[in-house]
Amino acid sequence: MQNVMLPLSVGLPLLVSVVILLIGKFWKSIGKLFAPICGLVVLVFAISLIDASDGIYWMGGWPPPFGIVLVLDSLSKLILLTVNVVAFFALLYSVSYMKHYTAQPKFYALFLLMLAGMNGVVLTGDLFNLFVFLEVASIASYALVGFGVEHEELEAGFKYLILGSIASGMILVGIAIIYNLTGTVNMADAARFIVNMGTNRALLFATGLFLFGFSLKAGLVPFHAWLPDAHPSAPAPVSAMLSGVLIKALGVYAMIRVIYSVVGAPQMMLEMILWLGVASALIGGLMSLGQNDLKRMLAFSSISQVGYIAMGIGIGTPLGIAAALFHLFNHATFKGLLFLSAGSIEQSTGTRDLRQMGGLMKKLPVTSLSTLVGSLSISGIPPLNGFWSKLLIIIALIQAKAIVPAVFAIVVSFITLAYYAKLQRFTLFGPLPDMYRKMKESPFLMLVSLIALSVICIVVGLFYPYFMDSLFNPAARAIMDQTGYISMIIGG
Amino acid sequence: MIVYILNVIIMALGLYCLIAKRHIIKKIIGMVLIEYSMNLFLILIGYRINGLAPILLPEMNRVQFSQYGVDPLPQALVLTSIVIGLGTLALMAAYAMKLYEKYRTFDMSEIRRLRG
Amino acid sequence: MKKEQIEKIVHDDGIGMSLIVKTVARMMIAVILLFGFYIIIYGHLTPGGGFAGGVILAIAYTLMMLALSRKIALEKFSDFWASFWDNIGMLSFIVIGFIGLSVGYFLYNFLWHGEPFHLISAGIIPLANISIGIKVGACLYAIFIGLSIYGRVIVKEEEE
Repeated sequence: MQNVMLPLSVGLPLLVSVVILLIGKFWKSIGKLFAPICGLVVLVFAISLIDASDGIYWMGGWPPPFGIVLVLDSLSKLILLTVNVVAFFALLYSVSYMKHYTAQPKFYALFLLMLAGMNGVVLTGDLFNLFVFLEVASIASYALVGFGVEHEELEAGFKYLILGSIASGMILVGIAIIYNLTGTVNMADAARFIVNMGTNRALLFATGLFLFGFSLKAGLVPFHAWLPDAHPSAPAPVSAMLSGVLIKALGVYAMIRVIYSVVGAPQMMLEMILWLGVASALIGGLMSLGQNDLKRMLAFSSISQVGYIAMGIGIGTPLGIAAALFHLFNHATFKGLLFLSAGSIEQSTGTRDLRQMGGLMKKLPVTSLSTLVGSLSISGIPPLNGFWSKLLIIIALIQAKAIVPAVFAIVVSFITLAYYAKLQRFTLFGPLPDMYRKMKESPFLMLVSLIALSVICIVVGLFYPYFMDSLFNPAARAIMDQTGYISMIIGG
Repeated sequence: MIVYILNVIIMALGLYCLIAKRHIIKKIIGMVLIEYSMNLFLILIGYRINGLAPILLPEMNRVQFSQYGVDPLPQALVLTSIVIGLGTLALMAAYAMKLYEKYRTFDMSEIRRLRG
Repeated sequence: MKKEQIEKIVHDDGIGMSLIVKTVARMMIAVILLFGFYIIIYGHLTPGGGFAGGVILAIAYTLMMLALSRKIALEKFSDFWASFWDNIGMLSFIVIGFIGLSVGYFLYNFLWHGEPFHLISAGIIPLANISIGIKVGACLYAIFIGLSIYGRVIVKEEEE
């Protein structure tokens, strides 16, 4: 059944982005008006697609091995929902945050291009189309990181640009090798050939290249060098998007889709993902203990949490994958919330240095409450959502007899609690320095986004069995079922 | 076979330029060499020895064309990839100019404010 | 830098290169533009298509800026119009996709197909080629303007 909302989720942000650029020459405030409306429309599409049955869409009317096909299965529904929720609230936040920056139509155009690229990555069923949309989203994010053109932002953006381009090149070579082996770039068709092929060293090499490329996009540990520079330097809504959804939609989702649905999850690659996850969790947690910059601490914490998600994926059992997807959704919401609050704090106090802040609870009540909710969620305090997802990952690790990663996961969970306690003590509690006596609360639209994301954190935490059954368990079952994926697209 | 080895030599030269040189423009040239070597790899996969170019003329036999022609799908994929490389190169050049304006040097080892 | 100083750098003295170069360039620009249009329009029959033809169009304007002076090139095709045509090209491509959506699928080939190997055939593909050609031509020319003007501004700032 051909679902028409699938190409609209990709095509509508592209159209609105071009319209904003065109009219933005004459009327500068067009971006503030149209971009949140477009974000809301795509969010409504994503929410209404949760109840829809699994479907495909033939682009241009061409059937699958000849044409590009857009696929909607349970995993795509989940990631689409995650991406669009965080994108809508970041757009709403940026309407009042971006007042201090010039060239506002270009910001909204680039943001909507990034959103269109991410929706395309999530929905596509064709390997080369995945590469094209990955590049669209990546190039938009390279330009957005250096948007406010100061010294450190340019340096961080340049570093991110070079490393990201190398990763995309590796992914292209992997796609070339799979095309050489199977004769097609369609994901389901290639999967059908690979299932009949058996072990093949060229295929393992291609999977290794994919692992390299997607781990660099996701920020796993030997490939994380761009992340602590790029995420703090971007403007706050862009940081929330980068750290919340871009590393997950481009890195983790694409890794899951290629390694589980196309190549068929060889055991050696899954073990490698597990150990990369352990290294990321440990190194991200340890590095973030010694940071004094608020957003840089949050960026290292992102590396650590993506390590948890990679640990869950590397196990290979349905509980592990469902727990990893639950942690992915949770991390998108609470890391987006934390970065938006950090932007609000930075705008009110004018600094990002933790040693110069203190006692913000008295002057900025809403921002402090949302920072508190975010920090408690990510540390794993019940009944907020972070506790359940971390508990499920540790249970899945112990059930799969991977004891050493489970021990590391528990240790890193304590380290996470430690540095978020440090963050709360330095920003929220403690004495208020004199220069901040005249601080005011942030504007209304920024507060709306913060409150909405906090509410999502609390609600998902309280009612998590409902969400597990409706969203995460079907997605995990859809990932493990490679033959179901093939038969949905090509038809057996 | 030897063409693949030469392709890997181009990628190795590009990687050497990217890592070992300190001038920003030389790093950009190394990055461009790496991207072009990957495009070249993608074209080389579709090659057939003594093949015809994939342009269909009205008087050609279609069966003979599909038996003797070179594979046209990688050529379409590489066209897209070259455009993407162009976009990345334009962004890199703009970043290099802005970095020169802020730091007043092209030497990458002096542009190190973010560390730790 | 003040605005009039930037204006003086952007619109330079209008001299350009020597007389021989200028005469040959004035003849060649028309031929290059014609060649670019040929590659765009015959994109569905011969190799080339939108992107290659667009690059050749941008080369024609770049030659104008190098051989004649920057002032004359910016008078004929200023940076405002370059980014305007850039947006028009992209908008027309996406609008073609959406018109296809209203008839059948997104980017569906809804015009008449014609007979193969004729110029007017293959539905929307020549229209898509033309819009991509306009976009790429205007976009590369705008990149060239940006890099060249901005470079002059930085060098002049450094000399002060």
